Amino acid sequence: MTGIYAENADGQFKKAILEAASYAATIQNGPITAICVGSPNASEAEKLAQYGVEKLIVIEGIHAFDAQQYAQAIAKVAKENGLSTLVFANTYEAKSLAPRVAVHMDAAFASNVIAYPDNSNGFVVKRSVFSGKGYAYVKLENANKIIALTPNSTDLISKPCSISVQTQSADAFQAKTKIESTHKSSGKIPLTEAEIVVSAGRGMKGPENWGMVEDLAQALGAATACSKPVSDMGWRPHSEHVGQTGITIKPNLYIAIGISGAIQHLAGVSSSKVIVAINKDPEAPFFKAADYGIVGDAFEVLPQLLTAVKA
Amino acid sequence: MSVVPDTTTKITFTNNDTALNTQGVQFIINPYDELSLTKALELTEKHGGTVTVATVGLADTDAVIRKALAIGAHDAIRINAEPRDAQFVAEQLSHIVKANAYDLVLTGRESIDYNGGQICGLLGAYLDWPSVNVCTKVEFENGQMAFERDIDGGRQAVSVALPVVASSQKDLCEPRIPNMKGIMAARTKPLQVVEASSSAQVITHQKFENPPAKQAVKLIDAANAGQLIDILRNEAKIIA
Repeated sequence: MTGIYAENADGQFKKAILEAASYAATIQNGPITAICVGSPNASEAEKLAQYGVEKLIVIEGIHAFDAQQYAQAIAKVAKENGLSTLVFANTYEAKSLAPRVAVHMDAAFASNVIAYPDNSNGFVVKRSVFSGKGYAYVKLENANKIIALTPNSTDLISKPCSISVQTQSADAFQAKTKIESTHKSSGKIPLTEAEIVVSAGRGMKGPENWGMVEDLAQALGAATACSKPVSDMGWRPHSEHVGQTGITIKPNLYIAIGISGAIQHLAGVSSSKVIVAINKDPEAPFFKAADYGIVGDAFEVLPQLLTAVKA
Repeated sequence: MSVVPDTTTKITFTNNDTALNTQGVQFIINPYDELSLTKALELTEKHGGTVTVATVGLADTDAVIRKALAIGAHDAIRINAEPRDAQFVAEQLSHIVKANAYDLVLTGRESIDYNGGQICGLLGAYLDWPSVNVCTKVEFENGQMAFERDIDGGRQAVSVALPVVASSQKDLCEPRIPNMKGIMAARTKPLQVVEASSSAQVITHQKFENPPAKQAVKLIDAANAGQLIDILRNEAKIIA
């Protein structure tokens, strides 16, 4: 049986979780079970039901995130419900949890999975490797399997069913980690899950010029990102750095402004469906990796784009 | 510590696309592991203790291990095996951690070759220790570890008593570069080679491929840049 870990993001299930549900229901070729920790908002279970989840098991009694405690509780519920394949959305939370759950379930685990499995010779999935410079086809050899699915890799597939919600208490466990404080940037779209990303580099000349990048991102409903030099110089936070030593992303649309396109940067973004490069240097390597390009000054091009988006 | 191709490497595959083509490839310390090493050295300079570098690899990784010793690690352990998958690597490392009295294990957030991002969590589970992923701050304060870690859409401060395993994220510290004295000292520092214990293979690599080549870029006149939005809406149908 196939299930998903439905990460509870402040009471909600994000799109990446619904993608995981679609993926799992497709593998199962039927309705699936979802596990979440902490009660989601009342209408959220219905969202899962749209994508083939017939049972949601809510683990209660854990009040703060602790990877050790979460993983033990999730693995226990998975085992009790006969789930042999568990799909996670590849978020930061999943990266903390999925390896631990794999050990508890004696499962083979593949992260950064970007396509449906090929079952013609065992269970083989495609995952991105070398920070986007390549793909690997890996076979999961154990009876139990865990997959962490990269957001935006597969489509949402509507498979409405009726859903039952069960609650279950977590075993008593003294969590060793203590959360001292949490800061979330409100209203911002997490970069790894964004469908559109507007990214800028040294061509913006200084952090004071980022307003126009942010304006364009906001108008497009996009997340903002940056190149390594820009994050190294402290113009932008490191959490926005995409590339080989930053974050690898896979949005539908990646707009690169004033970024030359070094191999390390391209590695992190080359899986984007459509890439736009804007650079005043016609020889910038990014134009070889882009679908659309504008050779021009960012300070002249960006206002035109903003006007066109708002039109 | 993982030993990985330099970030400038053009990745190609060989043996019928079943293995990385290592010809002409320069191997380096995984950049995130370099941060872990530097942070571990900073912690021992402040609070005492020693830093051991442990890696799973064959003899050809020794040169990179010597570099870690040159940066300042006190000793090194190489588990003599091909690092075939993350679960194998973490299990081997867990035996090393159990056999020695380490109280803090730092890994990278991920390796830049296979990008599994698993070692921190796997080690935590094999050791039954707490694990804290993607840390931008790792300090020993008031008798316990104080971390700051990246979470989805933000940051979180976490405290925990030792022992613990944590993974390093960019911004943790400035990686150190070996100096001449360190390079000389590294030659005589202990590098212990131990054999791997057997374990079942859970992942096998069937085939690799490179991303498909892009078609030629379609250029749009800068004087008429707004046309791009029109194309993205109506031709590529990628924005609303």
